[in-house]
Amino acid sequence: MYEYISGIITFSLIFVIATVGLAVFTGFTGLFSLGHAAFIAIGAYTSGILTYFYNLNFWLALIAGGIVAGAAAIVIGYPTLKAKLRSDYFAIATLGFGEAVRVLLENLDITQGARGLPGIALETTLPTVLAITVMTVCAAWNFINSRYGRAAVAVREDFTAAEMMGIDLFAVRMRSLVFSAVTAGIAGGLFAHYVSFIQPAMFTAALSTQLTAGVVAGGMGSISGPALAAIIFVAVPELLRVASMWRLVAYGFLLVVIMVYRPQGLFGYQELSGTFFRNYWQKIKTGYGTKP
Amino acid sequence: MLELQQVSKLFGGISACHDVSFIVQPRQIAGLIGPNGAGKTTIFNLITGVYAPSGGTIRFQGRDIAGMRPDRIVDAGIARTFQNIRLFPKLSVLTNVCIAVDNKVRYGLYAALLRLPAVTVQEKKTRERAMEYLAVVGLDGQADLRAENLPYGLQRKLEIARALALEPRLLLLDEPAAGMNPEESIELAALIRSIYEKFELTILLIEHHMDVVMELCQNIVVLNFGKKLAEGTPEAIQTNPEVLRAYLGEGYKRARN
Repeated sequence: MYEYISGIITFSLIFVIATVGLAVFTGFTGLFSLGHAAFIAIGAYTSGILTYFYNLNFWLALIAGGIVAGAAAIVIGYPTLKAKLRSDYFAIATLGFGEAVRVLLENLDITQGARGLPGIALETTLPTVLAITVMTVCAAWNFINSRYGRAAVAVREDFTAAEMMGIDLFAVRMRSLVFSAVTAGIAGGLFAHYVSFIQPAMFTAALSTQLTAGVVAGGMGSISGPALAAIIFVAVPELLRVASMWRLVAYGFLLVVIMVYRPQGLFGYQELSGTFFRNYWQKIKTGYGTKP
Repeated sequence: MLELQQVSKLFGGISACHDVSFIVQPRQIAGLIGPNGAGKTTIFNLITGVYAPSGGTIRFQGRDIAGMRPDRIVDAGIARTFQNIRLFPKLSVLTNVCIAVDNKVRYGLYAALLRLPAVTVQEKKTRERAMEYLAVVGLDGQADLRAENLPYGLQRKLEIARALALEPRLLLLDEPAAGMNPEESIELAALIRSIYEKFELTILLIEHHMDVVMELCQNIVVLNFGKKLAEGTPEAIQTNPEVLRAYLGEGYKRARN
């Protein structure tokens, strides 16, 4: 039982790392990605191959996974962000990128194609994941509360006005994209060394969608909201496992309910904090429908 | 300071401005006036790099800036406000100005991610600087409000504070007095004059309130249908028959006399 619970927590936290990274990109620059599973895959495969074939130290492999994922973000980000693709076109470009990476992984020799990589060393433990989660959240928090984060928010709010404030649109978007790719890569590395077997079919567009859904449901412009949503998204299907076939329906239903009743997300443009609960309590006390 | 030479801009087959040339001298307050659709804002968009001109050159302090990236033009020393206010509405008044102050601040990405003590110190300085600019336009009391909750006139002032925080040499004001009543626009003219003195600026402004234009501007350029119609001192412009016919109206002359 302990194993099972700690497993769910570990999975949740790995998912939190990737979602918080994506929140820094999507939530703070307003561009949607449907291909972030590719960065997770790149991180998972890079670190997995390094420890499996080359016996590299786990931590170094984890960092290498983050770096290679970040480099991949530059490769996809350069043409798409330089061309200032609109949000919807950008999303489609990332969707294509995600699929391209998956197909590549299925056909390369070093990744052993669709068979996948079995027997990766079990290195990821709950304390490891917990520590990296805390580091990621702190880094994300520091990033958005610096001049880099303000610039990203300015771009999201009004990119023409942002340009007139001397902000380089391309650099701002690229920085956030690379940040999100590095965190996704690290999450991938943790994942690979937790399940010890990875194959390309694990990193489909469904995973990308789940990440983006986490950011949207958690709230654009928030770090704690997406983190909470990521935990819910992993934990709820597990809790509903007894309901077998209906659990995915329930999961979809949950998403619909969030979007209908809180279109701004659980914590849209705000953080999980004392102030949030005080405001919420005020709202309940004064009543919802009492305004004339 | 700023020199436009035969600047043209075509949108498809439509000529938004055609062979416009004028010079803004250092430390001058120049005016750009003309009927709606004459191409005034297009000129601003060309100067600030929103559009690249279809022809002609735009020189700023001797450097050709035509078609340069907007953020580079800001770095070169040109800041602007917008006709239809473009603040960051969901952000606080203070944050709006901080974003502009950030342009002059340089701390590295890694320092920011680790939030080194130097970053904390710099962030405090940034907020203090932003407050100073807010004080200049009299908004320091509303720093924590959301920008969208400010009254219209104060939003215009916030735009001016935000532009000043970029530490420009040349400030472009696009209809700063739009929607203001005569008293408010006189007050605004006084504010513009005070920032002109205090920050040793050169100013180019678009405005329809003639009392503001005539009060502030040393040189006025009149545009009509994308072409320069006239240029001169306020006195010369007010008596120019072509300007009276195309823009000011015959009534303007009578009202003055």
